[in-house]
Amino acid sequence: MQLSGRGVICVRGGREVFAGLDFEAASGEAVAVVGRNGSGKTSLLRLIAGLLIPAGGTIALDGGDAELTLPEQCHYLGHRDALKPALSVAENLSFWADFLGGERLDAHESLATVGLDHATHLPAAFLSAGQRRRLSLARLLTVRRPVWLLDEPTTALDVAGQDMFGALMRDHLARGGLIIAATHMALGIESRELRIGAVA
Amino acid sequence: MTALSALIRRDIRIALRVGGGALIGVLFFLTVVVLMPFAVGPDLALLSRLGPAILWLGALLASLLTLDRLFMADHEDGSLDLITMSRTPLELACAAKALAHWLAAGLPLIVATPVLGLLLNLDMVATGAVALTLLAGTPALTFTGMIGAALAVTLHRGGLLMAVLVLPLSIPVLIFGVAASQAVIVGPMSFGAPFSILCALSLVSLVIGPFAAAASLRHGLD
Repeated sequence: MQLSGRGVICVRGGREVFAGLDFEAASGEAVAVVGRNGSGKTSLLRLIAGLLIPAGGTIALDGGDAELTLPEQCHYLGHRDALKPALSVAENLSFWADFLGGERLDAHESLATVGLDHATHLPAAFLSAGQRRRLSLARLLTVRRPVWLLDEPTTALDVAGQDMFGALMRDHLARGGLIIAATHMALGIESRELRIGAVA
Repeated sequence: MTALSALIRRDIRIALRVGGGALIGVLFFLTVVVLMPFAVGPDLALLSRLGPAILWLGALLASLLTLDRLFMADHEDGSLDLITMSRTPLELACAAKALAHWLAAGLPLIVATPVLGLLLNLDMVATGAVALTLLAGTPALTFTGMIGAALAVTLHRGGLLMAVLVLPLSIPVLIFGVAASQAVIVGPMSFGAPFSILCALSLVSLVIGPFAAAASLRHGLD
């Protein structure tokens, strides 16, 4: 499986963010997208996720499920956690598991992996920023998707959380998945660097 | 189907929890209708003459009140991104969200109508007629309102814009809803004609609404 972009141009609000960007990532590989603020790291992830339309160029996944589009094979972990404060931890997770569908794991097991199994009935409104992030990670585990698009994934995670997350990413890569992560900090796993914009 | 029923169950659950929108609509409806006899005065004949119009106006405004949050909340917490990316077509997801909104916020209005009819000196038949027309007409309000809610997300403007966009679309529903109720109460025209048009309006918006809302959300991807 190979994710590749050729000559991708991103225009936002009339301003060209980046142009002529080439990138590729193969199964079992992690790519860390780096660049200064505003260089288009988040925009690149959203282009791959189909949440922005490229102004030019192509992005394609070779060797994936031919029946599905690229966004349908991606997990997107953005700045916002997609959690409903009125629903409990377990309800939030089981909604996304039911809604996203496909091959999936036991929700309780993934909550145990991210260390939230003691809080399943707590409304998400009472979670800390780090716990919210852990709950979002549980979504990535519960529903299987080959491509993970991670936007600053380690924000708000404590040291133990970052170790746990590193192990999860290594598992995902070992199963043949691929990861594109926009990050300022070290990802915690071996990764190839993709620099966009001018060197800071 | 599991995806859609999960979405419907989640939206209803959120609406019914503390801070959800379901109760706000009914309370607003109650307030408008309870205040009306004080404003109009103790003329029973006049009240029952105005009754259907007051109930319809109250229900219309109450259903618009919570509708602008239909997509905004999902947009703000990032859920809309994941819904857009998912394997469920966006049109069906929009329809499911509108259905959930109608079940949580529209249906309680209809249930409350018989009680509120008493305050407006409407007899059993008249109240039944208003409730029936609301049952047939409020889906049209929700599904056309959904288009405005989707545009509000796209344009990053809430509330007021939504009312300006949606109110003109809801005028035909109001006209035929009140006309059908009045036909039962005072006559002389038939109930069937305006009621059929009301049902037609609902069916048309059931088809157009999800497509227009999904198109608007896709266009506004950002």
